[in-house]
Amino acid sequence: MSNVIGIGAAPRRKEDFRFLTGRGNYVADVKRADMTFGVFIRSPHGHAVIRGIDKAPALALPGVQAVLTGDDVAADGLGSLPCGWGIHGADGLPMKEPPFPMLAQGKVRFVGDMIAFVVADTLEQARAAAEAVVIDYAVLPAVVGVLEAVRPGAPQLFDDVPNNLCCDWELGDKAAVATAFKRAAHVARLSLVNNRLIGNPMEPRAAIAEYNGGTGHYTLWTTSQFPHVVRFLMSALVLKIPEQKMRVVAPDVGGGFGVKQFHYGEEAVITWAARQVGRPVKWVADRSEGFVSDRHGRDHVTEAELALDQNGKFLALKVVTFANMGGYLSTFGPNIPTNLYGPLLSGVYMTPAIYCNVKVVFTNTVPVDAYRGAGRPEATFVVERLVDVAAAEMGIDRVELRRRNIIPKESYPYQTPVLVEYDSGDPMGCLEDALASANVAGFAGRKAKSERDGKFRGLGFSTYVEACGLAPSRFAGRLGARGGLYESATVRVHPTGQVTVLIGTHNHGQGHETTFAQIVSEKLGVAFENVDIVFGDTDRVQFGMGTYGSRSLVVGGAALAKASDKVVVKGKKIAAHLLEAGEQDIQFKAGVFSVAGTDRIKTFQEIAGAAYVPHDYPLEVLEPGLEEQAYYDPVNFTYPGGCHIAEVEVDPETGTVTLEKYTAVDDVGTVINPMIVEGQLHGGIVQGIGQALYENAVYDDISGQLLSGSFMDYTMPRADHLPNMTIKTHSTLCTHTPMGVKGCGEVGTIGSPAAVINAVVDALSHLGVQHVDMPATPNRIWRVIQNAAMPRAAE
Amino acid sequence: MRSFAFHRPNTLYEMSALLGGVIDSVPLAGGMTLLPTIKQRLAAPAALVDLSKIPQMFGIAVTDGVLTIGAMTRHVDVAESAEIRSKVPLLASLAAGIGDPAVRNRGTIGGSVANNDPSADYPAAVLALDATIVTDRREIAADAFFKGLFATALEPEEIITAVRFPVPSAGGYAKFKSPASRYALVGVCVAQKAGKIRVAVTGAGPGVFRIGAMEAALESSFTPDAIAVIKVSSENLSSDIHADAEYRAHLVTVMAKKAVMAALQTL
Ligand SMILES: Cc1cc2nc3c(=O)[nH]c(=O)nc-3n(C[C@H](O)[C@H](O)[C@H](O)COP(=O)(O)OP(=O)(O)OC[C@H]3O[C@@H](n4cnc5c(N)ncnc54)[C@H](O)[C@@H]3O)c2cc1C
Repeated sequence: MSNVIGIGAAPRRKEDFRFLTGRGNYVADVKRADMTFGVFIRSPHGHAVIRGIDKAPALALPGVQAVLTGDDVAADGLGSLPCGWGIHGADGLPMKEPPFPMLAQGKVRFVGDMIAFVVADTLEQARAAAEAVVIDYAVLPAVVGVLEAVRPGAPQLFDDVPNNLCCDWELGDKAAVATAFKRAAHVARLSLVNNRLIGNPMEPRAAIAEYNGGTGHYTLWTTSQFPHVVRFLMSALVLKIPEQKMRVVAPDVGGGFGVKQFHYGEEAVITWAARQVGRPVKWVADRSEGFVSDRHGRDHVTEAELALDQNGKFLALKVVTFANMGGYLSTFGPNIPTNLYGPLLSGVYMTPAIYCNVKVVFTNTVPVDAYRGAGRPEATFVVERLVDVAAAEMGIDRVELRRRNIIPKESYPYQTPVLVEYDSGDPMGCLEDALASANVAGFAGRKAKSERDGKFRGLGFSTYVEACGLAPSRFAGRLGARGGLYESATVRVHPTGQVTVLIGTHNHGQGHETTFAQIVSEKLGVAFENVDIVFGDTDRVQFGMGTYGSRSLVVGGAALAKASDKVVVKGKKIAAHLLEAGEQDIQFKAGVFSVAGTDRIKTFQEIAGAAYVPHDYPLEVLEPGLEEQAYYDPVNFTYPGGCHIAEVEVDPETGTVTLEKYTAVDDVGTVINPMIVEGQLHGGIVQGIGQALYENAVYDDISGQLLSGSFMDYTMPRADHLPNMTIKTHSTLCTHTPMGVKGCGEVGTIGSPAAVINAVVDALSHLGVQHVDMPATPNRIWRVIQNAAMPRAAE
Repeated sequence: MRSFAFHRPNTLYEMSALLGGVIDSVPLAGGMTLLPTIKQRLAAPAALVDLSKIPQMFGIAVTDGVLTIGAMTRHVDVAESAEIRSKVPLLASLAAGIGDPAVRNRGTIGGSVANNDPSADYPAAVLALDATIVTDRREIAADAFFKGLFATALEPEEIITAVRFPVPSAGGYAKFKSPASRYALVGVCVAQKAGKIRVAVTGAGPGVFRIGAMEAALESSFTPDAIAVIKVSSENLSSDIHADAEYRAHLVTVMAKKAVMAALQTL
């Protein structure tokens, strides 16, 4: 059929027309008749007891409909915000899981913690009323750093969580690691900080809720990456309303990066409030509110040691990490620095023994959860930095040391000592390709030129792997997941042969409407423009776990491929009937059913027509209609990876780091749309560069105030910070996903921080610098240079 | 944002009457600083008096070696003015480096100078070029105008109508941008006129200030090397999450050298 745009093609993105012409439909665009406006009152203190709340002055103001507080939540018997993962400590005991009330009860634990919700006829009235609520606080000392929080005498967030320790988690063979360290020729050690980040999607979070008193139905429009999960958690566990009476719609969403893949208290409060006031309620966060309430990411303090033999072969890796959880457990919180971190410490290397201990710690900060990459950038940073330290200390070239330890292509599938089995990969191939693409051979010349200009030039490598396509449910269940992680898709073929896909993933910038249409176009031979993708509405889409962890194509796309295959199977049955042939003799190719070896054919469109107008149809054995659904639960994670090479120039006078060149060669498996993959890589890499050079969420350690609470102080990477990038793929096919895909949403963010910092350290290596913490800001680099043991020139 | 009255006078006289007549009335120029504070409910003026329709507050002209810029002139207009680019190029490049295009398309020189943000760019040029601040009632020399953190010699309801810059024989401005806000982490302006040198620093401390030692050194030798060893003390400089005081002190010398290099280009 004409206009098939299939796998490997690069059509322009279908969704961009509505976005670029201002016709997207975001939550803030949703208007309901008679709607009211809500404002959250948030804690201005990092840690305080709420002694009393006086609503009366607010309730007396014009237009005010309700002022709801934690007491109202308790009086209604509502549940607390659930954590989707229950991990266990090294002692076998479950993590400490204090309640996370949707509105604070008795105590606030971070600046931004929600205390009350004020609803009024207009936004202005709600704001004025919020200012009129009088809250009496007894301010307590706050603790914001992980190391400080576990010290004896530190402020305690919860009475029943001693030393603020949520969980003391471990993975790996401690004894084997200890033995290996004893026979090591060299041990490389590194202490590092993985800086706290704020995702800052372009669209702030927002919600609008409506209650229908006639039917008892609720509708919530929310900026979510996983509306079905919000519906389940909120109806079953928080508000305790029948799941079938709850509809959650996540329409166009302006970026997520993880920030929108949690069930937030705001969603529950606003849904509950809509029923209380009997009118729709709308809330749109402003940017400042986002800074103190969107879940933050990263925030680790780590000590790592790598044992090597005299030839530089890795013998064992030992990692101890303190991971900040913030003030409460968010939806995926404890899973990120444990299950999504420890298993990735194997990297692309044949390290025989690994032990990882993670202390998961509460502090008076915004809850920390998944942010693009989630756990895997942290692991990659530890491993790739440590490899460079070891290389420098042993006098072995960094690339050579990697070559000696990289898992050869032939050794896949490769079982690591930390749970996971890599199904496929060719890290060496990616490395060699990247070395050539980055013109590493010409680096010496470029460095000499920089030196003539008084600048230091450095080159940094990151050969990395990640685990994505979250996730095999059975495996995740063993690790503590409280839900499944499959995905679903329905392929609805209309009587015209045109197709609507209903899928449980959520598109918020990734280009799913294009990629998924390409899959269907290829599978069914239907024109690309005749395939529409529907997502983000629990009343339209059967079910879904949503979009995060680079899972949409890997898990959702697989469900879609399966459902498409089922359509073909049914189509063949119909064709066999119409063509009076045996089903086994029917072939399907490029949108045409034919009897093998003959010229008797039926087009896909004719078959669809017959399915809906079954005058001549095998009604005795086959139902009419042409619509198939599939659920897909992966058998393993996928393991994209690759090699990133960053080249930087450092101005020693000001400490400014300039990224001069960036090369990424990634193995993402089958590429459906190369343009979209390149875009995902660009975005991901820039977020990693942001972490390495610019972004930092900083708290005042005494008051718990967020010092980087606006774009005036939180440095987002900008276009003029960045060079043109060389992006290539060097793919091996995933052996267990239907199309060989591995996912590409997070690779950029995972590979890049280590590449950039390795380049910065390389540029400063002649000064004896071994490590630089992120972000490598001018001030920090200037300090590092000042403090470095400068070789004294003869005077 | 709370509700407020909005006035748009056509004459200075009307303007003064409005500002004097309504308690808590505030002049509005580009609004780039004022409007965010109102939106965040940090300020709640009773009335805004918009200055954008008062003809006397506009215009760029050079007469008798003096460049006069009307207070309501936007940063983009200064950046693009052929007259300024040829006579006082440092001002054009300074204006071109303020914030981002949206800010430059709205923000004005009068608003910036009146606001005296410790990290703003214009105050450094006003001080180094020995400019005169012209108000609706008097003229104030730059040296007497800036009074530290957001404070100036302006009296209540006094309005800047123009800034007069003597055209220097050479001048340069070098700014180390805050990576987040793009305000000056440290900005140094160097100007030479009739053998006299003035060096003014913004961003580094609570207010714009001059460095006498550098001025003297440059008067004997107008080269970057002449000031390479002159360091300012970090004692009274600002420290924040982007730059500590010692780093700022170091940057002052680095940026001063760059400003001299830029000035030498204009000779
Ligand atoms: C994102 C961003 C980045 C920025 N980056 C920079 C930067 O890099 N460098 C820099 O220098 N600035 C920067 N600014 C500030 C910008 O230059 C503003 O334009 C300036 O601070 C205020 O000018 P305005 O015309 O917008 O004044 P307004 O905001 O309208 O007014 C500011 C104050 O001055 C008063 N005022 C205004 N005009 C007069 C007058 N003629 N007489 C007396 N009082 C008056 C007002 O009442 C108000 O109190 C930035 C601003 C933003 C928002």
